Amino acid sequence: MWLIVYGIISSVILALYAVGFSLTYGVSGLPNFAHGALYILGGYAIWNLMNVAGLSIIAAAPLTVITCGLLGFGLYWGLLLRVRGIPLSELVVTFAAGVAILELLTWSGFYGIRYSLPVFWEESIEIFSVVIDGQRILVLATGVALVILLHLFVRHTRTGLAFRGLAQNERTALSVGIEADWIGSLSVAMGSGLAAVAAVVVLPLGMMEATIGYEVLIYALAVAIVGGLESTTGMVLASFIIGFAQTAAARYIGPKWMIIVPLAAIVLVLVVRPSGLLGKFKELEERV
Amino acid sequence: MQEAEVKVRKRRLERAIKARTDTVFVIASPGDILYVLAPRVVPMAILLLLPLFVGGYHSKVIVHACVVGLLALSWELLASCGLFSLGQSLFFGVGAYMAGAMDKYLHLPIWVTIPVATLGGGALCALLLAPVVRLRGVYFAMVTLMLPILFKQIIEAWGILGGTHGLSGLTAFPNEWLDKYLIIVAFITVLFGLRSLITSDYGLVLKAIADDDRAVMSAGINIYSRKVQALFIAASVASFAGAFITHHYQFAGFSVFALDWAILPLAAAAVGGTGSFAGAALGSMILVPLSEALRAMGGLRMAIYCAILVFAVLALPEGIFRFLERKYQEFETVIEVK
Amino acid sequence: MSAETLLKVEGLGKSFGGVMAVSNVDFELKRGDFLGVIGPNGAGKTTLVNLITGFVKPSRGKVIFNGKDITGRKPYDIANMGVARTFQMVRLFHNMPAYKNLIIPLCSQRVRKLRGGKYGERDDVAIDLLDDMGFERTSNVPYKTAGSLPHGYLKRLDLARALALRPDLLILDELFSGMSMAEVAGVLPIIEKLNTQGLTTIMIEHRLRELFRVVDRVMVLNFGVKIAEGSPDQVMDSDEVKKAYLGVDVEIPRGKPA
Repeated sequence: MWLIVYGIISSVILALYAVGFSLTYGVSGLPNFAHGALYILGGYAIWNLMNVAGLSIIAAAPLTVITCGLLGFGLYWGLLLRVRGIPLSELVVTFAAGVAILELLTWSGFYGIRYSLPVFWEESIEIFSVVIDGQRILVLATGVALVILLHLFVRHTRTGLAFRGLAQNERTALSVGIEADWIGSLSVAMGSGLAAVAAVVVLPLGMMEATIGYEVLIYALAVAIVGGLESTTGMVLASFIIGFAQTAAARYIGPKWMIIVPLAAIVLVLVVRPSGLLGKFKELEERV
Repeated sequence: MQEAEVKVRKRRLERAIKARTDTVFVIASPGDILYVLAPRVVPMAILLLLPLFVGGYHSKVIVHACVVGLLALSWELLASCGLFSLGQSLFFGVGAYMAGAMDKYLHLPIWVTIPVATLGGGALCALLLAPVVRLRGVYFAMVTLMLPILFKQIIEAWGILGGTHGLSGLTAFPNEWLDKYLIIVAFITVLFGLRSLITSDYGLVLKAIADDDRAVMSAGINIYSRKVQALFIAASVASFAGAFITHHYQFAGFSVFALDWAILPLAAAAVGGTGSFAGAALGSMILVPLSEALRAMGGLRMAIYCAILVFAVLALPEGIFRFLERKYQEFETVIEVK
Repeated sequence: MSAETLLKVEGLGKSFGGVMAVSNVDFELKRGDFLGVIGPNGAGKTTLVNLITGFVKPSRGKVIFNGKDITGRKPYDIANMGVARTFQMVRLFHNMPAYKNLIIPLCSQRVRKLRGGKYGERDDVAIDLLDDMGFERTSNVPYKTAGSLPHGYLKRLDLARALALRPDLLILDELFSGMSMAEVAGVLPIIEKLNTQGLTTIMIEHRLRELFRVVDRVMVLNFGVKIAEGSPDQVMDSDEVKKAYLGVDVEIPRGKPA
C-alpha cells in the first residue's frame, strides 16, 4: 500500500517536472533545456517574495508563476528568436542559458538549510493506513488539475487550437494567420510558468539547491524520452512507470538508486523502442 | 616625351592559386607555396616549440588546451555528420576510467592502457549510442547529456572503480617531456588527420548525411553504420584525451564526467567556428588560456563559459576561424602591370 | 531473356492515419520496360515510389525485385540492389560542388562491387557522368556549388545522382516539373537512350505529351487505386480515365504520330 500511494505521488511529481517541457516542445518543437533552471528560479523567486518582500504564500505563488512566465517570454524574444528554426542552436542556447543561471545561483550561495519553503498545509491524513502529509496531497491535486486543465485548454480554447495547429503543421498554421513567433514565445512562457508551478508545490517537500535544477531537467528529459517527445499520454504513462520504479528502487535497494532508475529506463527504452513508448515512430523515421 | 608611368594593380594571391575549387591548387611560385603553407605550419610550429620556452604552470595550460582541443575536434567530427553531442564528457570519462582501471587493477603499463582505452572507449561509446543514431538530433543530444550522469551515479551507488574517492596513485608518464609532447603531437595529428578524413570521399559521405540523409540513403549508403563509424572515431579521440589525463594527473575520478568537459569543447567549437576542424582547434587554444585567467572566479567560471557560448552562437555564427580565413584570403600584393 | 520479370508489385497498400494513400496496386515490369505513371495530384504516385524504394513501409502487399522480396527493406538496401530514384523536390547536397554530389552514390557498396574494386578516380567518373547530362566538363558548371545552380541543372544533377548508382531500375518522380521546354528536350533523349540500352524505367510525370513519346505502357492512379493500365492510346480512350483524370470532354494529347 505504501508503495502504491508514494508511487503515485512521485509519479505526479515527475509529471509536474515534465509537463512544461513537453508543452513547449510539443507546440513549437523547442527543446527548452533551461527548464531545470526556470524551475529553480521559481523556487528562488518565491523564497525571496516570502522572506524578503514578506508576502504571504497566497500572493507569492501566483506572482512567482507570472515572473517565470515572463522570463520564458524574455528567453524567447531575447535569445531564441535569433536561432529559431535551427534545432541544435536552440538547444545549445537554452542549455547554456540554463547552466549559466544555475551556476550563477550556486555561486551566489543559493543552497543550504536557510533556503526552505514552508509547507502549505501542516496537517497530514491517513489513507489505507498510509500517512500522507498535506503538501503531498497538494502536489497530487495540482498535478491532476494541471493535466486536466491543459487538456481542456488545448482542445477548447482559441490559443490552444492555435498551439495544436502550429504543432501539426507550421506552414499551414502560418497561412491561416497564426503568428508563429507569438505562439512560440507563448509556449515557452507557459512551459516556464508550469515549471514555476511545479517548483511552488514540490519544493517545500525538501531543501532548495541550485543543483536540483539539473535533476529536474534530467527527470523532464527522461519522461519525455521514455514517453515519446510528442505525446502527452506518453508523458503521463512514462511518469508513472519511472515514478513507481523509482519509489520501489529507493525503498528496496537504496535511495541512491533514485536517479539511476530514470537513466536506466532511458537506455532501455532507446534500445527496445527508440521513439519512446508512445512516440510516433513513422514520423521520426522519416525525419530522423 | 612624358615619363613612363608605372602602372600597378592589386592581385589577390588566393585568386591565382585556387583554380575552380577549394581542393585544386595551382602553385606557381615560392610566394604561393608560402601563402598556402604558412597558416598551416606556423601555428603548429609555435605549439610545438612553446613548451621548450615556457615551463611549469604555462605548460600545464598548453596541455589542458590540447586536451580540450581533442574533445572539440571529436565534437566537430560528430557535428559534421549531423550528430550533436552534449556529452563529450561521456567519451572523455569512459577513456579516463578505462585507463585508470587497467592501471589500478591489472597493473598494465602505460603503453598498453592508453591505446586500449582509446579504442575500447571508442567502441563502448559507439555501442552505447548506436541505438540513438536513428533518431533526430535532439534525442542524440539528450542522451549524450544523460549518459555521463548515469555513469557517475552508477559508480557512486555501486562503489565500483574507487567509488566516490576515485582511482588514485596511478602510474605517471616516465618523464615530463613525453607527457607534454604526447598530447601536443596527438592534438596536431588528430587535427590534420580529421581534416584530411573529411575531405576524402569517406568524409564527403559523412557530410552528406548531415546535409540530406534521405538522399544519401537513396544513393545506397547505410547511413546508420556510417554514423556509428563516425561515433567510434570521435569517441576514440576523446577517450584518448581521457586516458591521457588519467595518467597525467595519476588519478581518475568523478570529475571526468563533469559538465565542464562537455561545455568547454562545445564553447570552443562555437567560438572558433563550427564547420571546420581548424575552428574547433583555434577555439580551444583561445578559450582555455582565457579560462585559466578566469580561475580566480572559481564557481562563476561555468557561468562565464555558458555566457560565452550563448554569445558565440548568437553573435558570431561564423566563428573566429572563418573570419580570419576570409581576411587572409583577401590578402593582396601589388604587382606591376606591363 | 527479354521476358524476365524485374519488378513485381502485389496488392501494395499504405494508409496514413486511416486514409488510403495507395491501395491494392498490382503491376509487373519486365526488364527493359518503360512504364509511365500518371494521375491527378494526390493520387498516390509519390507514395508508390516511396513504397517501392523503402522510404515508407507498406501497410500491406509485396514488392518483389529481381526475384527477391524487398518489401519493407531499408532504402539503402533497396538502392544497393539496383533501384535508383529521383525526388520530386530535389534532394541534393547543396553545399558541395555539383560533381561531388555524385561521389556519394559512387561510394556505395553496389558501385564498388560492380566496378570490382578498381573504380579509378571517382571524381573522373562523376565528371564524365555530368558531361553526359549536359554539364560541360570544360565549363566551370560541374565545379560550382550545387546550391548555386539553376533549377533545371539541379533536376539533371538529381538524375545523374540516380544514374551513378548504375541501377537496374530507374524511378523518375516528376523529373520534368519546373524544367523549361529546352531542358526537357535535352534530357528526354538521354532517358530514351538509356531505356533502349536496357534500363528499366518508371516515369511519373504530369507532362503527358513528353511522357507518351517515350513510354511503352501507362498506369493511371486515382485516389491510390489503379484505374487503368495499357498503351498510352488505350489508356486515354478509357472513359474512367477521362472522368477521373481530365474531366469529361477534354482534348487529350495523343502519342507521337507515326
